[in-house]
Amino acid sequence: MTTEELRNLKTDTIVDARGTACPGPLLAAKKGIGEINSGEIMEIYSSDEGTKIDIPKWCQKMTHEFLGIVEEDSYSRLFLKKA
Amino acid sequence: MNIDIEKQLNELKQRVEKLEAGTKDQLSMVVFSGDLDKILAALIIATGAAAYDMKVKLFFTFWAISSLRDPQKHGKGKNVIEKMFGLMLPKGAGKVKISNMNMGGMGTVMIKNIMKKHKVASLPEMFKTAGELGVEINICEMSMNLMGFKKEEMIDYPGMTVCGVGTFLSDAQESKIQLFI
Repeated sequence: MTTEELRNLKTDTIVDARGTACPGPLLAAKKGIGEINSGEIMEIYSSDEGTKIDIPKWCQKMTHEFLGIVEEDSYSRLFLKKA
Repeated sequence: MNIDIEKQLNELKQRVEKLEAGTKDQLSMVVFSGDLDKILAALIIATGAAAYDMKVKLFFTFWAISSLRDPQKHGKGKNVIEKMFGLMLPKGAGKVKISNMNMGGMGTVMIKNIMKKHKVASLPEMFKTAGELGVEINICEMSMNLMGFKKEEMIDYPGMTVCGVGTFLSDAQESKIQLFI
């Protein structure tokens, strides 16, 4: 998805993992995904650079659909759809 | 003829079941080191694996057991050597030292401050998270006895069990990942 599409996307839950280091964002993602239903969309806020590599890999393994990343000034927004 | 096919089918089923049982989505880890950095690495991997919905089983042995001690608790009925061990070994996750550049404790204080600055969770926090995620902790009975530690002086951790190498080997055999730290 393009950045524009992602910005306009309606998300079902937002997980704010800014200010946590590895494995914080991953654990936050795991917690967040447990609170939504299949097909719903989750957004993760992270200020940890490694998360941008880790979360897509985690999605692939857990069969969630990774939708993309939107960069903000001091953090990234990662979007995914629950399998 | 029909009976033969059924027999072969059953045999194949059993073999497939055996193979599947051998590759559970499970991580087994021996945590041997009593160093802050190494136990932290073990817990980061363990909690990370839990995020992958893996079953995680940690086998704490030798120096690593010190990190499971609760500074508020005391073991009863210790002899002189056991008491000495208890005094000399770190009392809990908040007291273990880093493996390099400890510099008489200065390095450990420094690294803890740096960890805070970089928002890295402390070791006691990581134990709490691991417990919440259902990471299993088993303590090696033999080395716990060697160090003179008692079960009652260990932290409150959900389902923590004192057991032997057999438990680790059974867990490790059916795990996809096995590590020693």
